[in-house]
Amino acid sequence: MHPAFSVIFFTVLSGAGFGLFALLYLADLFKLGGGMPGAHVFWTGVLAIVMVGVGLLSSTFHLANPRNAWRAFSRWRTSWLSREGVLSVAFYPFALVYLALYWLDLWPVVRHLSGALATLIAWMTIFSTAMIYASLKTIRQWNTPLVPAAYLSLGHFSGGMILLVVAMMARVDVMPYVLMSLFQLFVAAFVKAIYFYWITRVGAGSTINTATGFTRARVRLLDAGHTHGTFLTQEFGYRVQNRLALTLKALSMLLAFCLPLLLLGLALKQPSMALGLAALLSVFAGMIVERWLFFAEARHVVNLFHGAQRC
Amino acid sequence: MRLGLVIDLDVCVGCHACAVSCKQWNASGTTGALSDYQPYGAEPSGVWFNRIRHYEVGSYPNSKTVNFPMSCMHCEDADCVTVCPTGASYKRAEDGIVLIDQDKCMGCNYCSWACPYGARELDRSTGTMKKCTLCVDRIYDQNIPVEDRQPACVLTCPAHARMFGDFDDPNSEVSKVVREREGYMLLPELGYNPTNHYLPPRKHKPIPVEMGGEKPGLTGRLRQFVNRMVKR
Repeated sequence: MHPAFSVIFFTVLSGAGFGLFALLYLADLFKLGGGMPGAHVFWTGVLAIVMVGVGLLSSTFHLANPRNAWRAFSRWRTSWLSREGVLSVAFYPFALVYLALYWLDLWPVVRHLSGALATLIAWMTIFSTAMIYASLKTIRQWNTPLVPAAYLSLGHFSGGMILLVVAMMARVDVMPYVLMSLFQLFVAAFVKAIYFYWITRVGAGSTINTATGFTRARVRLLDAGHTHGTFLTQEFGYRVQNRLALTLKALSMLLAFCLPLLLLGLALKQPSMALGLAALLSVFAGMIVERWLFFAEARHVVNLFHGAQRC
Repeated sequence: MRLGLVIDLDVCVGCHACAVSCKQWNASGTTGALSDYQPYGAEPSGVWFNRIRHYEVGSYPNSKTVNFPMSCMHCEDADCVTVCPTGASYKRAEDGIVLIDQDKCMGCNYCSWACPYGARELDRSTGTMKKCTLCVDRIYDQNIPVEDRQPACVLTCPAHARMFGDFDDPNSEVSKVVREREGYMLLPELGYNPTNHYLPPRKHKPIPVEMGGEKPGLTGRLRQFVNRMVKR
């Protein structure tokens, strides 16, 4: 699949935004590390909402006809893309009420109720984003429960890294935040490692033989029938070289997990702002590489008709 | 009704006339112009509802060239419709034709991701997805003769490799020919249950081929020697 930058940017940013909000609410609910000051909670919540909003806006950049984007809220009963749109908009009123009541220091029951609902919707939205990809039978590298698992764990891991930096700024006891980030790092790293292992051996699936129906002979493309590429070759024809994919896999694991593990390990002994910020940057750089690979390594079955022997 | 096409791979000669005729009809059809990008330029490309690929099946000398026209399969379980967030893609209950409402499409490409047959192509000039309409603006037209109420690709095919009809009717031409000639669906394992069927090439005895490589006998060597000596 062609790795479109707007979608990479959107999935990374909105995933981290939703993860950040969910963790922020839970950290505040359980007063993690003695509880952060109100102003920090408020502005971190605003940051989460802005990240989600910027992500959503950037996702409309890949639409060819954005005038009709509002119609995307109509088919939530069947389409995961529509569900994602509905849920991400439904997130806003609850998140805003939560933050407004935080600012005003009013009605703790209503505040917690709306915070809990916003958190629930945040989880459902990340899940819907992942299901947009995981529900496609045409792309075996995506059609797996590992995809929502990876989106949820990576969204929380990257959002949690922001929360850790905020906790360092707020001068609360950062140890629980570091431990939480370490825990999420291991979960996300394991899910991603399993995914990287699994997509190299997805097993028997569609081949050029099942695509053409000639299942008892070798089938070879003689002519694709077009002179200079089509929508199909532009959208689905992208193929990442094996060596580059391997290098990028190693790079994403290194940036998203190995380096942050080292930095968080150091932060366990001597928590410092520099360590947190370095780990945060490293995680996001690794996430961009990871998301680029997620798209670049996906092989759509239409490539079978263009001569690929298997997908 | 369940309208669709049968494509006879035994007789398709790969002339691309179906694609050209499709483009000609649909360029002014319900889904509007089918844009061409650089039609006379260095990199000609554009929107087509029908594309023909060519494959070699088997290995030489027991091989065959198969010309393979593909358009929308008008699937029974059309995921392109399920995934559409705007409701622009729909499948008609009365005849099973899958269509796109050009006024509702937002051009997100998601339906084209869900389609395993590459039937959907984005038109960059309108920003909307376009696809085969099974000539819905022709097959019901009361103002043209009955025999002309068929998709443009079917009417134009010089080899009669394409048939159009109702798959729900067991006695229709398409149902009968699929039964008799073991017509099959593409990518059945994905479970889209496509309406369009393909008829496999008829089985022929392999034609014996001189493979070469055998050593010539005494007369053969003599003939070669004479040929070398005598100037023509």
